[in-house]
Amino acid sequence: MSKLFSKEQKEVFAGPLTLTTPVVAQVLGICAALAVTSQLKPAIVMGLSVTVITAFSNVIISLIRNTIPNRIRIIVQLVVVAALVTIVSEILKAYAYDVSTQLSVYVGLIITNCILMGRLEAFAMMNGPWESFLDGVGNGLGYAWILVVVGFVRELLGSGSLLGFEIVPSDWAFFHNDMMTMPAMHLSSWAASSGRIAPSTR
Amino acid sequence: MLSLFVRSIFVDNMIFAFFLGMCSYLAVSKNVKTALGLGVAVTFVLLITVPVDYLLQTKVLGPDCLAEGVDLSFLAFITSIAVIAGIVQLVEMIVERFSPSLYAALGIFLPLIAVNCAIMGASLFMQQRIQMDPATSSQAIGDVWDSIVYALGSGIGWTLSIVALAAIREKMAYTDVPKPLRGLGITFITVGLMAMAFMCFSGLTI
Repeated sequence: MSKLFSKEQKEVFAGPLTLTTPVVAQVLGICAALAVTSQLKPAIVMGLSVTVITAFSNVIISLIRNTIPNRIRIIVQLVVVAALVTIVSEILKAYAYDVSTQLSVYVGLIITNCILMGRLEAFAMMNGPWESFLDGVGNGLGYAWILVVVGFVRELLGSGSLLGFEIVPSDWAFFHNDMMTMPAMHLSSWAASSGRIAPSTR
Repeated sequence: MLSLFVRSIFVDNMIFAFFLGMCSYLAVSKNVKTALGLGVAVTFVLLITVPVDYLLQTKVLGPDCLAEGVDLSFLAFITSIAVIAGIVQLVEMIVERFSPSLYAALGIFLPLIAVNCAIMGASLFMQQRIQMDPATSSQAIGDVWDSIVYALGSGIGWTLSIVALAAIREKMAYTDVPKPLRGLGITFITVGLMAMAFMCFSGLTI
């Protein structure tokens, strides 16, 4: 065990789990963080997907880092990430279809998530596969817990429920604050009613 | 087509309705001039990538396009990002060759556009809109002209919002913002208020 995790490796893994996590400290990956957190469930699924993709893209790039020509490294990184995102998206479509329709384009947008590109550029291009894997999992989980916290607050205050179960009775107006879930509601009503012109408001 | 254009600027605004391109939106909106430069660059890249991606989707990757019974649409992510990265590289080289002044003005923004979610997002939304039925929805994208109009609308919408935010932030430099809110805090609040204003467009019918 001591060989598996040296002290530096533990640091690499645990560092991003504290408040130096990339979303909070550097405001990276904020598009998806705002868009998918109107409910808890998509936030959890999104966080896990990002963790898996960051970890494995870090490993793959770290394995081939010495063979990538410097000029086209961004394109190589993007293609590796896109392939992994395709796999994750197909898995979600097969086993969690409702969540994958809720996330709609934001699964595909993991490709352009700055956290991934940031980790690939800053860490995987310079370190071995095992360290890169730990770094990827650490940063992915650091991103995921922020998503879960924001999703928890927004779903509780926005619809008075958690994971779809009603927590607060629906006549308690403070816990049904549409402002908390607003643009995401706009998004889902747009997707649900592709032919309808104006999304109706409550 | 007019409805598609107007709605993609105001109602389905990339920033205020879908949060796309938020990273560069917050980072580059400190003064109007650079914001406008980035907006123009994004619009320019969108105008090339979205139609190219549309043609790829419908003529190469769709069901039964290459050969009978072959459906390559699961490759959509990889082709979109490859098209975007390739075209950004190409645009960069062309601009560098023919207009060094524009190249110097855009600077670091051009290569960064490859990882701007607004570009990728427009491609993915365009793919969703291909599935819609043009007979029932004015938002469907039925041919390559529709995709150009959609790209132009999305680009103008993005430019409009980043220039507006940059103008507000320039003025805000002189105001007395409470200490804990300085920097990103007040910027997020500003963006939220702007997004609420843009929500009023959501009933717009043309």
